[in-house]
This record gives sequence, C-alpha cells and structure tokens, in this order.
Amino acid sequence: MRQSNRRGTELMLLVFALVLVVLGMLQVGWATGTAIPTRLWVTMALLAALAAGMHMVVRLRATYADPILLPAATLLTGLGLVMIYRIDVANAQRAVHNNITPPTPDVYAQLTWFAIAAVLFVAVLILVRDHRRLQRYTFTFGLIGIVLLILPLAPVLGHTINGARLWVRLAVFSFQPGELAKIALTIFFAGYLVLKRDSLALVRTRVAGVGVPRVKDLGPILIAWLISLGVLVFQNDLGTSLLFFALFVSMLYIATGRRSWLIWGAVLFAVGSLASWALIPHVHERVTIWLNPFGYAADSGYQIVQSLYGFANGGLLGAGLGQGFPTLVPFANTDFITAAFGEELGLIGLMAMLMVYAIIVERGMRISVSVKDSFGQLLAAGLSISVAIQVFVIIGGVTRLIPLTGLTTPFLSYGGSSLVANWIIIALLLRISDRARRPHTQAPAMDDAMTQVVRRV
Amino acid sequence: MNRPIRLMAGFLAVLLFALLINITVIQVFQASNYRDHVGNQRNLLAEYGRERGPILVGNDPVARSVVTGNTLMYQRTYSQGPLLAPVTGFYSLVYGATGLERTENQVLTGRSDLFFVDRIQQLFAGRRPQGGAVTTTINDAAQLAAFNGLGTKVGAVVAIEPATGKILASVQSPSFDPNVLTSHDPTAIRAYYNTLLANPAKPLLNRPIVGLQPPGSTFKLVVTAAALASGQYTADSVLPGPAVYQLPNSTHLLHNWTGKACGPGSRVTLRQALAISCNTAFAWLGVQLGAPALQHQAELMGFNTGFAIPLHAATSVFPEQLDKPQTALSAIGQYDDRATALQMAMVAATIANHGVTMLPYLVQEIRGADLSILTTTQPKAFATAMTPANAAAETDMMVNVVQNGTASNARIPGIAVAGKTGTAQTGNSSPNVAWFVSFAPAQSPKVAVAVMVEDGGGTSEITGNGLAAPIAKAVMEAVLQGGSR
Repeated sequence: MRQSNRRGTELMLLVFALVLVVLGMLQVGWATGTAIPTRLWVTMALLAALAAGMHMVVRLRATYADPILLPAATLLTGLGLVMIYRIDVANAQRAVHNNITPPTPDVYAQLTWFAIAAVLFVAVLILVRDHRRLQRYTFTFGLIGIVLLILPLAPVLGHTINGARLWVRLAVFSFQPGELAKIALTIFFAGYLVLKRDSLALVRTRVAGVGVPRVKDLGPILIAWLISLGVLVFQNDLGTSLLFFALFVSMLYIATGRRSWLIWGAVLFAVGSLASWALIPHVHERVTIWLNPFGYAADSGYQIVQSLYGFANGGLLGAGLGQGFPTLVPFANTDFITAAFGEELGLIGLMAMLMVYAIIVERGMRISVSVKDSFGQLLAAGLSISVAIQVFVIIGGVTRLIPLTGLTTPFLSYGGSSLVANWIIIALLLRISDRARRPHTQAPAMDDAMTQVVRRV
Repeated sequence: MNRPIRLMAGFLAVLLFALLINITVIQVFQASNYRDHVGNQRNLLAEYGRERGPILVGNDPVARSVVTGNTLMYQRTYSQGPLLAPVTGFYSLVYGATGLERTENQVLTGRSDLFFVDRIQQLFAGRRPQGGAVTTTINDAAQLAAFNGLGTKVGAVVAIEPATGKILASVQSPSFDPNVLTSHDPTAIRAYYNTLLANPAKPLLNRPIVGLQPPGSTFKLVVTAAALASGQYTADSVLPGPAVYQLPNSTHLLHNWTGKACGPGSRVTLRQALAISCNTAFAWLGVQLGAPALQHQAELMGFNTGFAIPLHAATSVFPEQLDKPQTALSAIGQYDDRATALQMAMVAATIANHGVTMLPYLVQEIRGADLSILTTTQPKAFATAMTPANAAAETDMMVNVVQNGTASNARIPGIAVAGKTGTAQTGNSSPNVAWFVSFAPAQSPKVAVAVMVEDGGGTSEITGNGLAAPIAKAVMEAVLQGGSR
C-alpha cells in the first residue's frame, strides 16, 4: 500500500492559514474604518499565489516532506503582514490628523520580501536535492558564515542603525547579513561536529562528576565564545551574540551527548555575561533597565514600559485587531511586533501564536530524531533550536522576562533579511524531512528521478 | 544522538513555558496594575479616541465631541458654555467628569447595558462601541430666561414641570465655561480651574441642586400645608399675629419684618398671614402643630431625602428632635432648616400638582448612536404630600400672595400666578438670602420655579419680591409662551 505523503493535509492547512490572514485584514479595515485598498487585495492574492507555488514545489520536489511546517510558517508570515498593515493604517491616520504626508506603507515592501523569500525557498528545494550534499561544503559555509557575520564592520558597506552595527547597505538595499550567517554557521557546526564528535565526546578525567575535556578539544567552544563576544563588542549586538553561542553549545551537546559541554558552555556564558555587564556600558544599561524599567520610563526604558502597557491593555482577550494603540510602542512592526499582537489579540491570541512557533520547533526536532544521517540530525536540530532561541530571546525581551536584546521575531517582524533567512530554514527542514519520511520500499515510478539522485550521492 | 535531541527539545519546551507564564502574569495578573500606572496614556487615548455621544437640549446637541488634529482624537465642546454648565458638567483630561457627563458616562461612551444588542454587533464587526445620546428635560427658553435674570447676582434657579417632575431649568450664577476645562491643554485647564476655586462665589458648586440655604419665609408654604393637613385650620382660621412673639420657654423675642402687628388686634387669618409673611403667626402656628407634624410634612415634600436626578442633589434638611423655641424658628425657615433651590421648586410643584410630589429628573431620553430612542424616563410620584382639596386651598392662598401680598413683582397679566417670597438670615455677618417660589398658571400649572439669590442685602420681604420674583416671572413667562416641550 502506498504510504500517504500528507500533501493534501498541507494544502488544507495552507488554505486555513490564508483564510485567517484574509479575515485579519478585513477586521483591521473594519475596525479602523478604512476601506481595504485594491493594492492590499492584490497583496493577499499574491500571498496566496506564492504559498500555492511553494506548495506545488514541495509536492514535486519534496513529496514526503512534513505537511505542517509550510502552513505554520505561512500563517505566521501572513499574520505579520496583517499587523504590519494595521500599523501602517495607524501611522497613516495619525499623519492625516497631523496634516503631514503619510509614511510609505511597509506591508507592500514586506510582501516583496516574502516573494524573494519564496523564490529562495523554491531555489533551496530545487538546488539542494539532498541535504547531505551541504556537508561537502562544511568549511565553505563556515567561511561564508564568518564573512557574513563581520560584513557589517566593513568600512563602506557596513551601516549602523539604532546603535547596532549589523546592516549592510548596497545602494538603496540594506540587509542584515547576520540572519543568513545564522544558517551558514548552523550548516558549518553540523558538518564540523559530525567530523569531530568522537574526539569531542572523549572524556579522560572527571572533576566532581563533571567531565573535563582535553585542552586541545576546548578549542572550538573557546573560538565560538570569542566570536560571540566579538559580535557583542564590535557590533553592539547582544541578541546575535547570545543566539550564536547558545546555538553552538546546544549542537555540541547534541553531537557528543556529553552534558559536561552544557556545563562548560554555561560557565563561559556566565563569565562572558558578567564581563560584558561590567565592561560594556551598552550591556550594563540593558540590565539596569531590565531590573527597573519604570525608573527609566521616560527615556531609556520607554520602549519596554510602553510594551508592557500594551500587553496589559490587551489583557486576556485583547483589544481586538485595529482597536489598540500598538504605535505607542517604538519599533512596533519590528522588534516589538509581539507587543502589538499581545495588545490587540490578547493573551489568548499570543498563546496561540507561540504554539505555532512551538509546532514549528517541535516538527523540526521530530525531523531531527527521525532522519538517519548524523549531519541531517544535527542540521535539523540546529535550525530548529536557532528559531526557538530567537523566539525566546526576543519575546522574553519585550515581555521583560530577560533583558531586551535586538532580535527580529521570526516570520512576523517587518524586515527582509529575517524573513528570507527563516524561510530558507523552513526549506532546509522540509528537505531533510522529505529524506527522513521517504519510504524505503520500492518507490512509485514517478519518483524514479529522485531515487536516482539519492543513489548518486 | 536521539537522547540529547529529546532532552534539548524538553529544554526548549521549558523556555516556551517560561514565556507563556510570563505573558500570563503580565496580561492577566499585572494588567490592571499596569493599566493604572501614571504615564500610561492608553486609558486616556481610549476615552478620547471614541466619539462620545452628545447631550441634547431638545434637538440641539449642547455637548458634543468634535474631531481634533492631535493624538487625543476627540474633544468635547459645549455650544452654550456657562449657561448649561450646571446640567452638562464638564469632561476634563485633568479633573475627570461632572454633571451629566459623569452620571451618564456609560451611555455617552456606549458601554451601557442598554446597548447590549449594538455591542454584540460591534463585537462581531470588531468595532469600538459608539456613544449613545442623552436628551435632557431642559427647556432652553426657561434656562436662558433664568440665566439672564440672575445676571451678575450670586444665586440659583430651578424650574420644574409640576405634573411630571421634569427639570425645565437649572441655572447658577456665577457659572463657568466647561469648554476651557475640556480643552486638551493641561496647563490652561489647571490655570482656569484654580481661578474658579479661588473665586469666593464658588462657580464650581452646582448651586441649583447642592447650594443649601435657610429657606426663610418660603418654608411657610410647608407649615401652611401641615396646618391644612391637621384638619384644625383652614385658610380663614384666625391666628395670633402680634408685632413681637416671645418664643416658648425662652426670653428670645421674634419680630415681624414690618415691626408691626399682622392685623387689627394682633389677629390675622392664615390666608392673610401667608400674604404678608407674618412671622409671629407662623411661629405660633408651628409650635401649635408641633415639630413632628412639620417634619412629616416637610419630608413628604422631599426634605431629608437625597435625590439623584441623576446628578446627586444635596439633602435638604428639616431638623429632628426640636424643642419649642427651635420649632418656632424652624416654622419660619430659620434655625437649622436648609433647602436647595431644587427642594423649594419641589414644594411649589407639589402644591401645583394637587398635592403629589413628583421625583425630579433631568434625563428625558436615552438614545442610541443613531439617535433612535432607547428609553424614555417615566414620571414617578415620590409621595402624596397633600390632599387635592388642601392643595387647591393653598394654591388659592398663594395666588393671593401675588395679587394682594408681598409678591407683586411676579404678576403676569392675564395669568394667575401663585407665589411666595422669602428672605432668610444666614448669620450675623453674611448677607441675607432672597427667595421666591411660584408656579403658573395657578389652575393648570405648567411650571414651578424656585429662585434663590444669595447676596440678598436687606432683611425685608421686599428683597425676595424685588430681587427674586422678577427672575421667577421671566422663567414662568418663557415656559408659558413656549408651551411645554
């Protein structure tokens, strides 16, 4: 009997996600008393068309891939568009009241980015026919990752926005290469750790039950640690620094199965945190605001305080789309988009959205467990963990669970780099899951071409 | 490798739970705390971002929200300013709301349960509730007549439709301009508010309904009603009316305002005693009737009850546990008697309405955002204070006051007016309060009025007639010429 490939389920969920997005847009228009402009209808149609296109490519090129990831990511991207549009409306209305020219709406630019993301998604699925091919380019990706990471420091290209130097500007086009570096480095870590896992797993001595690695094995974790600190010191980017180091330590632990690496990672993290708190004014300030935001409500703590007021205004059920005041929070459609959702959709809406993230991460981890090759396991786990940590760091930051760091909210935030990078992550996870779920028995005739590809590798 | 992956997935689940718990704490347990933080503009923006419904006099929106250019989307404006300030109150950024703006807030913001169906529709449409409208019982002509009549004098006027209890006019002087208090400029608001607070004439006091003063001789209407109710007296009963009356068990001497006896042989009929406002006769009568009878009659007419119209009126007082000299003084509206203009208008309206005291009210209708009528206030009786026969007899006596007695300035050609003057001593140093209460036309009353002027000057009953009666006359004329609305 032919195993179901669940593509029908994917399509159904995709339609459901798109219906939610359209309803959200309608509600924004209705609640704010704005007619939905034709351009927005076109945007929704394009969103649906792109989603359908991605679904078709998955159907043809990753037939057995996980059916949940694509709809879940589409739902989050669509909800992001809804909120970006909602904030556009608020900004336009305020501009009308103040008799100034309304700012350019962001929702259409975000759709353009989504189109680019979709193209890259398709490109990844078509070009990367088997994820194990990526393993060949382990050190190339390592180099690409490092270059992308330090690119913003380059004299001409680099650009500082809001105090953090993590932008590259080419003509009118600016980009955060750190987002793509995250993927390249995850591939590098996976390939590298597959090579070195045996020696890194060796434990010669134990001190108080904690394994002490050989000095020469400490190299990789120390380098990762130093690069993280470098990102923090030179680019003022707390979020990327944290994400990068946590990702490496997690993957190191998964590759070796040695909990001692987690302990060493935690020790290095503690040392690095304390040192940067003591030595870097920017970090010190973030912690001070975190501990007492209301003491700085008028200046440096303004963002987080407004964010908390927004969440509080939302309460359990939310003010309703279009009925809160999300624009009172600075960077409402980027770093603080979660606060906007919290205000307008309430605790219930926000919990539902966090569950969608949880589903994406859970599917990713499940793919990691089910795929047979070590590289695929590490890559799937690393990509999922990077999404999870990023969500935790930014949402934890805007809700004052941890100090605020500037990271984008995956799929939701306005901004091209993040959207493109996260969609590439989805494409890679789908590629790995296609491999993991592909039946071992004689494939149907239509899959001949793919079977051959597998054989060649 | 699967075991570390599963453990790592478990760790990520812990992070997720940490987020979920944290947002639950913020959005549920800390929410009201954060909402009330100073500096949280959201409540204000929510209040001012919603189009508040209008307050109407007739079909004229005297208080309405207009779109501004700034972050607070709507601003309240009052087309009549100080004229209707005691009715509308104000709706201020800094000092909150007063008047109907306060008591009808749920309606004006659209949050009242009356809008349940609308709110269900709005919930599904995802729209903000729209404010309802409040139509007042105010008669604009009467209100204006009273306002112009008071002019620069310190005082208050209340006019009531006797048959229903509708408040046709509620006017104070000095008043204030609510438009300044509802501006969006906190500095200007505070400056103006402090000026108002510093004014010794207390313009922020809602004088018509909370300004308490001794009712003076107008209280004789209550005593007359009690006398008729006792069955021992009629309009033609003869009472002692000497020039000076020594209070029982006391050496205190009570004089008539004329300094003379009230009639030949110091004897006077009840009708004549009321007409010339004979203090000695009424003091004697009060003592004869006894404090409990006076208190009972006063309470049937609204004393010692706090009315919400729906603005909270001050409770007018007829004191309890009086001894005889206190009773004598209370019978002429002195000692600890205190009444608002609203209360004295109710006394007149009760007599006018065949002895039935109606509950006074200021809100005629509640309307939806589309101005469809949702509820109309039904008149309610507060008490039956007099028999119709006694009310007719007292009406007749009051007509006599205007035609032949102290209240000559209230005469309206061709219309029988029933009235009573009053002048109350408020203390040794303070100026006297001049009163006038009346209703017209005497046989089928359309309007009952009480006028209180605080800086009354002299002690004679002429003061009430001179200062207060012309204002009452103007208000009555305004209502009668305009017909009832």
